[in-house]
Formats: sequence, structure tokens, C-alpha cells
Amino acid sequence: MSYTLLAVIGAVAAVVLDWAVLRTRLVRRRVFWTTYAIVVFFQFVTNGLLTGLPIVSYNPERIVGPRLVYAPVEDLLFGFAMITMTLSLWVWAGRRAATAKLRASR
Amino acid sequence: MRALLTHSTYLLILAACVIGTLPLEVLLHTGVYRRWPRLLAALVPVVVVFGCWDLLAIHQHTWFYARRYLIGVFLPGRLPLEELLFFLVIPTCAVLTFEAVRVRRPEWPVGDEQ
Repeated sequence: MSYTLLAVIGAVAAVVLDWAVLRTRLVRRRVFWTTYAIVVFFQFVTNGLLTGLPIVSYNPERIVGPRLVYAPVEDLLFGFAMITMTLSLWVWAGRRAATAKLRASR
Repeated sequence: MRALLTHSTYLLILAACVIGTLPLEVLLHTGVYRRWPRLLAALVPVVVVFGCWDLLAIHQHTWFYARRYLIGVFLPGRLPLEELLFFLVIPTCAVLTFEAVRVRRPEWPVGDEQ
């Protein structure tokens, strides 16, 4: 499977995890998109270094072609999937702890 | 000495990410490292999923790592140690950013409020 297809599946899977599985629904929240905007800026810096030096290089047969700050566009989806999954799990874990605390106090 | 520095390039980039986000924890009191069990609960599934993705990409020759920028420690499946650290460091930076935004914008709901 190409990196392109995997990256699309990864990004969709992360949103499904957030929306329907953990039900944290961060993608509708301002705090999520503000965080993402900051993170994606720094992704261009660090991933630009990783792919520009290059520490990591890509097989041209497995990517679609266009690049953003040296990195294949697929990396944007890869990063989005990773950030969304992380933040959804972080909020889910926090919500679970808060619920447990509430139950214990009753 | 110069070769050692070159071989530490990837590791130094990750170190810069850790050091660069440290003021969020120290000055903005994000409390992310303080809540390490919760952080770990978020990180472990991410490391597993994206580590497997990385292994698959290495196996399928989707991407390659330049040995001259790596310290040379490899995990099973030819996964550079730096990649494993990447999946710990970058998500942690994201959580720190997220909590920093919350500190600055306490009126924005998140969904884990008590």
C-alpha cells in the first residue's frame, strides 16, 4: 500500500477514534485547532530539518509527489493523525480520571 | 568529534524539542510531566500504532534513514532508536502545547473538566 493511501486512512482513523470511539470530539473544539495550528508550524521546522538534510528520504514510487518544506504532503496527514490520536487519548484519560474521582467522592 | 556530532543530529533535534517546550511546563504550569501516568496512558497506544506504521514503511522501502545522522542503535525491524524517541517526544510536545493553550484560554472547554 502506498504512503499516500495509508496517510489518508490514518488521518480518517484518528478522527473516527476521536469522534466515535473515545467520543472526546476534539475536532469540533477551538482549543484543538489552535493547538494544531501551533504544532503544525513547528512540524514544518523539525520535519523540514529531518527531510531537508535529509535524515529521512522517501521512495518516489510510494508518494504522490508534491512537497511542503522538503517533506512529502503525506507527512502532513501522518502528523495530523499522530497529534489527533495523542490529544484524544490525553483528554479521554483525563475524563476517565475525573469521573472516577467524582464517583469516589459520592 | 565532528563525526560524533553528525551522528547525533537526529537526537539533537529531538532534544531541542524537549528543551524548547520545557518553559511551558515550568513557566505556564501546564502540569503535563507532573501528571505522568495520564501522559503515559496517552503515549503508549501512539508509540505502538505509529511504531508499527514506521516498521511497515521501513519494510516496504517507503522511507530510508541516513546512517550518518543516527547514533547507530537499532531496534528489531531496523527501527532507529531515534524513531522510537520521536513517537514519545513529539506527542509530548503536542500535549504540552494543548495544555498551554488551555492555560491561556481557560474559557475554552475541552471535555475533561470536573
